[in-house]
Amino acid sequence: MYTLSSKLRLFSIILVVIGALGLTYGFLSAPSTIEDVKEMAAHDAHGGGHGDAKATSGDHANESHGKDDAHGGDEHYEHLLHQLQNKPWAALYIAAFFFFMISLGVLAFYAIQFAAQAGWSPVLFRVMEAITAYLVPGGIIFFVILALSGFHINHLFVWADESKVIGDKLLEGKASWLNSWWFIVRAAIFLGGWFLYRHFAIKYSRKQDEDPTGNKWYKKSFKIAAAFLVFFIYTESMASWDWIMSFDPHWFSTLFGWYVFASLFVSGITTIALITIYLKSKGYMEFVNNSHIHDLAKFMFGISIFWTYLWFSQFMLIWYSNIPEEVTYFITRIEDYKLPFFGMVVMNFVFPLLVLMNSDYKRVNWFVVMAGIIILCGHYVDIFNMVMPATVGESWFIGISEISAVLLFLGLFLFIVFKALTKAPLLAKGNPYIEESKHFHY
Amino acid sequence: MASKVIHALYTDDDVLMDAVKQVRAEHYHIEEVYTPFPVHGLDKAMGLAPTKLAITAFMYGCVGLTVAITMMNYIMIEDWPQDIGGKPSFSYLENMPAFVPIMFELTVFFAAHLMVITFYMRSKLWPFKEAENPDVRTTDDHFLMEVDAGHHDVDTMTSFLSNTGAVEIKVIDKQEDNH
Repeated sequence: MYTLSSKLRLFSIILVVIGALGLTYGFLSAPSTIEDVKEMAAHDAHGGGHGDAKATSGDHANESHGKDDAHGGDEHYEHLLHQLQNKPWAALYIAAFFFFMISLGVLAFYAIQFAAQAGWSPVLFRVMEAITAYLVPGGIIFFVILALSGFHINHLFVWADESKVIGDKLLEGKASWLNSWWFIVRAAIFLGGWFLYRHFAIKYSRKQDEDPTGNKWYKKSFKIAAAFLVFFIYTESMASWDWIMSFDPHWFSTLFGWYVFASLFVSGITTIALITIYLKSKGYMEFVNNSHIHDLAKFMFGISIFWTYLWFSQFMLIWYSNIPEEVTYFITRIEDYKLPFFGMVVMNFVFPLLVLMNSDYKRVNWFVVMAGIIILCGHYVDIFNMVMPATVGESWFIGISEISAVLLFLGLFLFIVFKALTKAPLLAKGNPYIEESKHFHY
Repeated sequence: MASKVIHALYTDDDVLMDAVKQVRAEHYHIEEVYTPFPVHGLDKAMGLAPTKLAITAFMYGCVGLTVAITMMNYIMIEDWPQDIGGKPSFSYLENMPAFVPIMFELTVFFAAHLMVITFYMRSKLWPFKEAENPDVRTTDDHFLMEVDAGHHDVDTMTSFLSNTGAVEIKVIDKQEDNH
């Protein structure tokens, strides 16, 4: 049995407190009137630069203001005001989604292990189960944030603002799908289905340990895993349209669901590897050998390449066809987000490609940890690039709000995951493949 | 000079793996093992040096990438620049996204084909080559371990090998130039 050390508990609580304080500061320091923005702009040396950029590229920074081409003086400051008010919300949204998607990715990975009847991975099941423990609290927090955004308490979603929808042909056409109530009902269905699978998967896994005869519970696990995967791939796709693609409601991409899936899958697998290596370094999980780490690292490598494939497929078709309403998505990102946009390709593709290519390096723990941290940061930036351009435009910055939001959810994530690890023995001893998994070697 | 080798046949890959480990622990020299299918981990158990094929694959991939870039640069930029979809081909870098699929494909093409050819050459395989395996059953369901008798006592070795689970043991006088 794993016991949560008081040091780790304290560490995660400190992270939550610092994160909450920083985020509160972020919300309080956001300007509330146009006068505040004007004052800020006057003090800010970049103020002039922003103004110039606005005149030329104002119409793609924020969909909500895309229609008013002629910027009057106050209109510009109002625009800036909305961006700056959105900033802490967007930071909160990104961090909440990022940690939620890690546990969702692990849940999908866990289900795949059962559906495929994989023999190598059962020794890692308890780590995966613990990471999915974050799904429920993380999902509920995220649901609250979604509800606040969907009902236009903040200005994250343009389509949630009825005054912006009227007169906009595309948004009017999409209103039967993108409206506050149907949006939040869908989110409840998606999350409810995932919570339900998570609940029964854990229950059956524990029962299988108590009563392994005849593999009765294992067979049930297999069946619900297969059913969940079908449900998951549809709902994940729709969730990615709702929760991320609808930030740019004029734009669409047909492979967006897969793209987000690749991101959450690789982040989830990386987290499994990091937590397993951490537990091993603390003297737990002696049954995990370096072949298990090797396999996880192979997945990190492979899914990183898969992510790049989807990223590039999405980019190249839109870049080549050069249709104005499609290509603005990338023009915004390349003009205003050059560093995060291309930096993320280096972090998510070039770095894992070079570091994890060699077979031997995949078994060196510190190599896997180093690559894993870069991959996780890279996928945070990936989500950042998906959300920020449509919500804060060129007023983006990775500052106190963004870092605090990450710390807040990181602390919560660590606390819940490591707390969940103490709930059951670290070896799922009833699993029929557990002996094969223990003797797994490459 | 004639030398003696012992052919020990096994019918199970797990038994074979254990036998290989025992034979190596006794410091007998295993010349070769013939198996009907690749046995996972056998190369490590036999103490063979790790393959360098992966390094060659990487180098071939780099060659493929270079060929693709040189070729596309000559064809699309230097020799016959065209304006495709409002994207005039004046610079390789600006048109690079369009060339990425070709760069990727040729990298894979070169790495895969040249690696297979290297593997064949390294294993001395070519069309109409005579089979080297000493017993046809190794292409069906038997595993054959060829152990060098050297200056060891053949009788002790035979009894030792039959204890490792061999179903059949043959002592062969082998001419050096015979195979």
